Amino acid sequence: MDIQRLFIANRGEIAVRIIRAAQAMGITTIQAYSEGDSEMLAVRLADEAVCIGPASAKDSYLNIDKVVAAARESGADAVHPGYGFLSESPTFARALEAAGVRYIGPSANTIERMGDKVAARQAAEAAGVPVVPGSDGRVDSVDDAAMIAAKVGYPVMIKAAAGGGGRGIRIAADEAELRKLAPQAQQEAAAAFGDGGLYLEHAVQSPRHIEVQIVGDGKSAVHFFERECSLQRRRQKVWEEAGAECLDEPTRDALCASAVALAEAVDYVGAGTLEYLYDPEKNAFYFIEMNTRIQVEHPVSEMITGVDLVQEMIRVCGGEPLSVTQEQIRRNGHAIEVRINAEDPLMQFMPFPGKVGALRIPEGDGTRFDHFLYEGYQIPPFYDSLLGKLIVHGKDRADAIGKLSKALKGLDIGGLKTTVPLHIALAEDKDVQADAFHTQWLEPWLEAGNLTAAATGGAS
Amino acid sequence: MAEIQSPLPGTFYHQASPGEPPFKAKGDAVAVGDTIGLIEVMKTFIEIKAEAAGTFADYKIEDAAPVSAGQVLAELDG
Repeated sequence: MDIQRLFIANRGEIAVRIIRAAQAMGITTIQAYSEGDSEMLAVRLADEAVCIGPASAKDSYLNIDKVVAAARESGADAVHPGYGFLSESPTFARALEAAGVRYIGPSANTIERMGDKVAARQAAEAAGVPVVPGSDGRVDSVDDAAMIAAKVGYPVMIKAAAGGGGRGIRIAADEAELRKLAPQAQQEAAAAFGDGGLYLEHAVQSPRHIEVQIVGDGKSAVHFFERECSLQRRRQKVWEEAGAECLDEPTRDALCASAVALAEAVDYVGAGTLEYLYDPEKNAFYFIEMNTRIQVEHPVSEMITGVDLVQEMIRVCGGEPLSVTQEQIRRNGHAIEVRINAEDPLMQFMPFPGKVGALRIPEGDGTRFDHFLYEGYQIPPFYDSLLGKLIVHGKDRADAIGKLSKALKGLDIGGLKTTVPLHIALAEDKDVQADAFHTQWLEPWLEAGNLTAAATGGAS
Repeated sequence: MAEIQSPLPGTFYHQASPGEPPFKAKGDAVAVGDTIGLIEVMKTFIEIKAEAAGTFADYKIEDAAPVSAGQVLAELDG
């Protein structure tokens, strides 16, 4: 492999994870850090470290010129972008290419194409991957809208064809409602965007978020099965599982095969995730988007397959073929990851950037804690609140939840408020234990005071 | 002279978003509960509110500068 010196353009727990993976492969690691991160664990673990600018991410981790210059000056032959920051920036990937430094990820063109929702949807359709049924283009009349809605199936979401975001989205349960709402949506779209064109899409009720991990080497791609990530707060995942218990075997096979088909159709190189909405009522899945990077929740897939995904992505981006065939990738048991954030879940998740006191980390068979903590470390306030991820592996889902409860009670991060109490309450919740939830489940659960009740022993 | 301190470490901002005017300027009246700035901490924005009434003297920290907990952000007269 051509990679001898790897530059890590990220921070926190993922920087630590990448350093450990690379060092185990005999690669020299060079850690980038901001002035606010000079004391972080990754700086201490890396073979070399380079300061790339002030604490503010826009002046350091997000500054393409500074990161590329630092990578080149350090003599790195490759850059790992981690997740977040510049991990899905085609401009960054192009700048590295121009500087003659390899990028641990797909090509800039692939990042750009899969990062564009319309282009990604077209690529998916071309590869035979199901997408949420919708109007193929803009809809200009209410009669056309009614005809298309009957085809895609009620309830339907009515959106403005122009513009973006959630503005003006309406949901119609039947044709009568559609005929009432569509003219309103047209007027609003015309007023807001100067274009009254609409777009219709089938509204999936109580969907689950299911995603498939893939790795490609440019010639072929393999999948590492699916993850279930429906427990979300403010569109952020808080708890992730591998696999998705709600899927039957034929559906799982079809889902994972569709992800491989799309990855191969775009000659994918590196690790990637295809995200889907799953409609449990219809046993149907729909591609929504692709993330062209390693994800926070990759460890659950590693736990059930035994493959180190960070090492695998470094290898394929270093020009090697995939080290495993699809037949060699087997699922074993069930894994759960929970995100441990420096936030107080009993105080509206207020951030808590404190100083780490005594640290007690659970150990044991099938228990893993990916983190960047050490005793006496002052958590900087400038970045996101993720401290680490507690991951457990059990022989089945019930076993994994049992192990998770035990591991959570054995995790003690002194000096900080963390989301541990949230996860203890979730692990003991009947719906969570029964796998009866969807993407809209957690926020109402919190609003109903379930966490407070659990944390105070039922007295609230 | 009353001081407004930062309750948290983070990045201090004088205005709600770039391009908007600062929450307060020298000589402005300040009532209890008025927002005088924002602290960005771990990607969350927290409004900094005056706990006393008075006349705005000045910001003591530059816009978009890092602050630590307890640092004086602004001062009020009277």
